[in-house]
Amino acid sequence: MLDQSYYDKADEIIAFYGKKQASLIPIMQDIQGVYRYLPGELLTYVAEQIGITEAKAYSVATFYENFSFEAKGKYIIKVCDGTACHVRKSTPILEAFQKELGLSAKKHTTDDMMFTVETVSCLGACGLAPTVMVNEEVHPRMTPEKVLELIHELRGDSDD
Amino acid sequence: MIENREDLIKSQEAATREFSSYDCRILVCSGTGCIATGSQKIYDEFLKIVKDTPGIRLDFAPHDEATHMGVKKTGCQGVCELGPLVRVQKGDKTVQYTKVKVSDCKEIFERSVLGDDVVESLLYTQKGVKYKSPEEIPFIAKQTRIVLENCGKYDAESFDEYLASGGFSAFRKALFEMTPAEVVDEVDKSGLRGRGGGGFPAGRKWKQVARQPEKERYVVCNGDEGDPGAFMDGSVMEGDPYKLIEGMMIAGYAVGSQNGYIYVRAEYPMSVARLRHAIAELEKRHMLGDNILGTDFSFHMHINRGAGAFVCGEGSALTASIEGNRGMPRVKPPRTVEKGLWAKPTVLNNVETYANVPKIILKGSDWYRTIGTEGTPGTKTFSLTGSIQNTGLIEVPMGTTLREIIFDIGGGMKDDGVFKAVQIGGPSGGCLTEQHLDVPLDFESIKKFGAIIGSGGLVVMDSHTCMVEVARFFMSFTQRESCGKCVPCREGTKRMLEILEKIVAGKGELSDLDKLEELAEMVKSMALCGLGKSAPLPVLSTLKLFRDEYEEHITEKKCKAKVCTAMRRFIINPEYCKGCGKCAKNCPVGAITGVRKECYHIDPEICIKCEACKDNCAFDAIYIEA
Repeated sequence: MLDQSYYDKADEIIAFYGKKQASLIPIMQDIQGVYRYLPGELLTYVAEQIGITEAKAYSVATFYENFSFEAKGKYIIKVCDGTACHVRKSTPILEAFQKELGLSAKKHTTDDMMFTVETVSCLGACGLAPTVMVNEEVHPRMTPEKVLELIHELRGDSDD
Repeated sequence: MIENREDLIKSQEAATREFSSYDCRILVCSGTGCIATGSQKIYDEFLKIVKDTPGIRLDFAPHDEATHMGVKKTGCQGVCELGPLVRVQKGDKTVQYTKVKVSDCKEIFERSVLGDDVVESLLYTQKGVKYKSPEEIPFIAKQTRIVLENCGKYDAESFDEYLASGGFSAFRKALFEMTPAEVVDEVDKSGLRGRGGGGFPAGRKWKQVARQPEKERYVVCNGDEGDPGAFMDGSVMEGDPYKLIEGMMIAGYAVGSQNGYIYVRAEYPMSVARLRHAIAELEKRHMLGDNILGTDFSFHMHINRGAGAFVCGEGSALTASIEGNRGMPRVKPPRTVEKGLWAKPTVLNNVETYANVPKIILKGSDWYRTIGTEGTPGTKTFSLTGSIQNTGLIEVPMGTTLREIIFDIGGGMKDDGVFKAVQIGGPSGGCLTEQHLDVPLDFESIKKFGAIIGSGGLVVMDSHTCMVEVARFFMSFTQRESCGKCVPCREGTKRMLEILEKIVAGKGELSDLDKLEELAEMVKSMALCGLGKSAPLPVLSTLKLFRDEYEEHITEKKCKAKVCTAMRRFIINPEYCKGCGKCAKNCPVGAITGVRKECYHIDPEICIKCEACKDNCAFDAIYIEA
């Protein structure tokens, strides 16, 4: 069972966007923005509140890559694998993150819930390829060495 | 509050007065690229320095003797590769600085802002020549900027600065001096074509919407720039958000719509933030809302964030997504102009298309037609990336050749590489090679060669790029992004990807190439939407131009570019090998054997090509043979 505070938050977000189907995606985005994932129970609640079926809500949530029913780490690291980054060798960057954090193509989040590593198709900073986005901050001209520095920095960051 | 035409004119005059009173403006690039290289800190530092200097005012006071100075965050200044970028502007003289560090700010301020000197070491340098003014830099000098005109000159967030740049003059003209039909006509006559890839005449679209019997209509902007390697629309949204909104407002007036929607890609948080800010500023001044400027025209703007589905760049998928559905395309007709968003007549254009509209209304269709080619007037923005000297955002007249773009503007190949191909149009496009360098680029000209302008991503490739791998890369992208609704795309792209993976892994057969071609033609002709129809283009284009590379991968198991891992052979050079045995120890699979102090040997049958030996060899004795 989710804590009541989750439902209160959902009510607040639903009230902002209004009870209609067109609000579904923005509501899910905001919920995910707060909790870093989309708790299933909450989606069911949202569906009921805005007057659509649970099946409909799930069909939409599962269609879009951005929605996750699994909790994500504090730092969501998106390694860009757009054309420009791919040509400028983004694969070793991804591998460096996975190796350092003990992750793989199947396991995206570290057990301590600190890091989630994913790929993204383009961050729009192609001039500075290869790039990586941590939460909403873009890091330019990455190298496998800079990956280690970045992880180190983020780990230090979280102490305070 | 701006309640009528006179208010708007007065505000424009006041903004212009303030703008021209600046003694000096420090313009810090705040595009996604420069923010990533730390331009926010540069901005903060300049602001601090200016505030700490006596006798300088940041705000405008008409009769004050103090120096009036501005520290502004602008849209993309272009040469993203050399960020953070800063310009110091005094009157009509501007100096462009590149790779500015926080520690450089003081020197720039003292020598270039307070004094009239320049900091030589931070100037843009190409082939030994240093350039002061951005207009002189070949990268910028050879461009024609309409859509990106304001980027790098004005504060991207400020309504007043947009007014000072001439903003909303076009909207004012449309609203008070033209009928909606005249606006549609002007856009139609200009020959403006959709810049999202299709190249459909915008005026014709507007006309069709305007004559629908249904009165509830929508204006929708496609800002779901999903093509990997393209960032033009993102740069416009974050660099000149008001211009896009003005273009949409004019469209709203022209077709009789009261609501505009911008669908922005989820990966562009800054575009979302700047657009939201701009909308709030306009609403605050009653430039958006009911009865704008005291007329009957009402217009409301809404922002929708994408949720990570490439297919939502397709019109009917995009409107489905705004409605809160799965973003899947539907069978057409009915077309979007008849039944678009919520099954109402809808004008759907992309960011760049709308951003062209204000200038067309203001300066007229005849002026617009003087730029570009007969069939495709105007300019096109491209994001220039890959193995090239100057990467960044450019805008050139339609009809510019690739040679001009790559060698004049782009400064030629990076690290003296050899030009091999340019990939144009992303996962829906194709490749062009040496033989196409002098073809004037417009919608028709390059279609003949199996490529498309698409949204405008240009990725330059040199001899270190394997074209088979590039085809596999794009196919894996489209396969992943296929929405699964129609069989040709869902299954076809999957089978094509399997074949490409097989070839890249060194297990291909020559008959695979025929199968690949057959599948590609099938998907191209039978898929439901544009995404599926164009998905095979990268394969068809590379098969046509680089069939030898495919064959080499299959018959000789060789990858010239040394990219395909399965085909790389690791060799120990006996001249350099000292026989230390470190590689044998590092090899995780025991593929390396040998006797101490003699040259070691790698067994290619066992080797997994992990590079552990090569990376750790103290004598650089291990090399890769293609």
